[in-house]
Amino acid sequence: MSIATASPAPRNYEVIPKTSPDGLELEGELLEVAMGPQHPSTHGVFRMDVVLDGETVVKLKPVFGYLHRNHEKIAENTSYLGSMPYTDRLDYFCSLTNNWAYALAVERLAGLQVPERAQFIRVITAELTRLQNHTSVCGFLLQDMGALGTPLMYAFREREKILDLFEALTGARMMCNYMRFGGCRCDLPPGWLDRVQKIVDDFPRFLDSYEAMLNTNEILLARTQGVGRLSRALAISAGITGPMLRACGVDYDIRKVDRYGIYDRFEFRIPLGEQGDVYDRYMIRLLEIRESLKILQQALKAVPGGPVIDPKAKLRGFRPKAGEAYGRIEGPKGELGFYLISDGSPNPYRYRVRPPSLINLTILEDMCLGQSVADAVVTLGSVDIVLGEVDR
Amino acid sequence: MIEEGLKNELAKQGVVVTTIQELYNWGRSNSVWPLSFGLACCAIEMMAASMAKWDIARFGSEVFRPSPRQADLMIVAGTVTKKMAPQVVRLYNQMPEPKYIIAMGACAISGGPFKQGYNVLKGIDRLLPVDIHIPGCPPRPEALLHALITLQKKIESQVLTGPNRPRHLDAAAPSEFPVPEFGEHDIVPAMNPQLWKPRLVVR
Repeated sequence: MSIATASPAPRNYEVIPKTSPDGLELEGELLEVAMGPQHPSTHGVFRMDVVLDGETVVKLKPVFGYLHRNHEKIAENTSYLGSMPYTDRLDYFCSLTNNWAYALAVERLAGLQVPERAQFIRVITAELTRLQNHTSVCGFLLQDMGALGTPLMYAFREREKILDLFEALTGARMMCNYMRFGGCRCDLPPGWLDRVQKIVDDFPRFLDSYEAMLNTNEILLARTQGVGRLSRALAISAGITGPMLRACGVDYDIRKVDRYGIYDRFEFRIPLGEQGDVYDRYMIRLLEIRESLKILQQALKAVPGGPVIDPKAKLRGFRPKAGEAYGRIEGPKGELGFYLISDGSPNPYRYRVRPPSLINLTILEDMCLGQSVADAVVTLGSVDIVLGEVDR
Repeated sequence: MIEEGLKNELAKQGVVVTTIQELYNWGRSNSVWPLSFGLACCAIEMMAASMAKWDIARFGSEVFRPSPRQADLMIVAGTVTKKMAPQVVRLYNQMPEPKYIIAMGACAISGGPFKQGYNVLKGIDRLLPVDIHIPGCPPRPEALLHALITLQKKIESQVLTGPNRPRHLDAAAPSEFPVPEFGEHDIVPAMNPQLWKPRLVVR
């Protein structure tokens, strides 16, 4: 019942003797700091066990599992549709893209077709999700750098506008639970597309002012350029996806590679970085917002009529035939995939999420070694993690 | 104790009459500083409540403190897992009295949608004394503001002396609660019997 006094764990790192500029050998004490699970910069309940030499990071061990909510196990014990609301709570910033990835996997498993109108609704909601995720992430990143309040306030102001749209469409601000296997749950409310159009038209103005305020800010440049650099080879071999990978200059976007949904009909470009540092990751997100706006402009002009759900899709007694399927989409954070094995019963035999946040987080140590601890905070902020998805 | 009618009459004449208790509670209730401590999805709505649209600063609670030593209110915003539960209790123990808890969202109240999970604590009120529960998954920022206003009313109605005085003025009342440890299958103790007294339902 008392507070446990843990015995010190054996050191599994080497104390490197240092030499001063004069060639004298110096002995420094290493400092072990547990950042988190309650820490303002860890974006939730994440812990970094950092070993510091002065201010320099010598070792960094990420500790996960503080938000392990048994998502996969619960999903294996409930019906296919029953885990749709749980996917909302994976990455709670982007519930609609989570819905889409899961619906895509089940549609592949069951061989359902998605009507044209539903495809357009999916693209519009997913791109709106990307918009609000990327704006908030840029706000959080700047907050980690010490810009307390202002950029995040602006980002959340825009985010609230998009959340109002989601609420009008799905009834919930964050936990939308909107996609269904073979389409969407309900049709668009009257006037919804006009509201989206207005926000999409206004968004570049916000983005211009946001970029004018920040992009050339001296502190932002000093804190981000050359910080948290990730090499292209390591990014590819570690399975990094999303804006993190594209910031290293690797042209890989599942919207272009897989062309899932109807993404082959839209004209948009994939912004690429060069250095793979925090600044590139920040800029890639801002540029991706502009590309998403392009997609939205094209999609809003061409929404057809018709049903929003495949008439063959059964909501009750849904039992896909035995088999396996993997559905993946380009979520705002990277490749979000759902792997399902069906044994013909009403619930999946195996349900596995490929979370982009977790896999993007695995190389945190490689990015932070040799930098100051303040830069480790910024580097973590640029990875864009959501702990609901990391720990599941 | 001055009667209400006379007090209003005096107020019309520009004379404010109050008691130390009212003044003390008024000051406390309008500067409740929350601990900036997010656990899961609800934390995003907590942040939204502190942003421009809802502006929790109108109620004197915009000062989110990252250190428990400076906080008055812990908003348990999200799922408390068994791995996290000891840290939540420890954070609460580190807060100075008077301190309050808002259990925000279904998960903090009872485990919510993840109640079946093997790693999810089925409600933070098993380990800590919760003042306000807000249902919802996640509760809207308005609901959090409602909880905050309810907490302010609770603080304002506290009687500082006598047998019903609040916990922080009662030397005998506990201010810290036992921190659970990791047992073989579950956290030990899984609940605090002094706090968690479920009603026995006989069917």
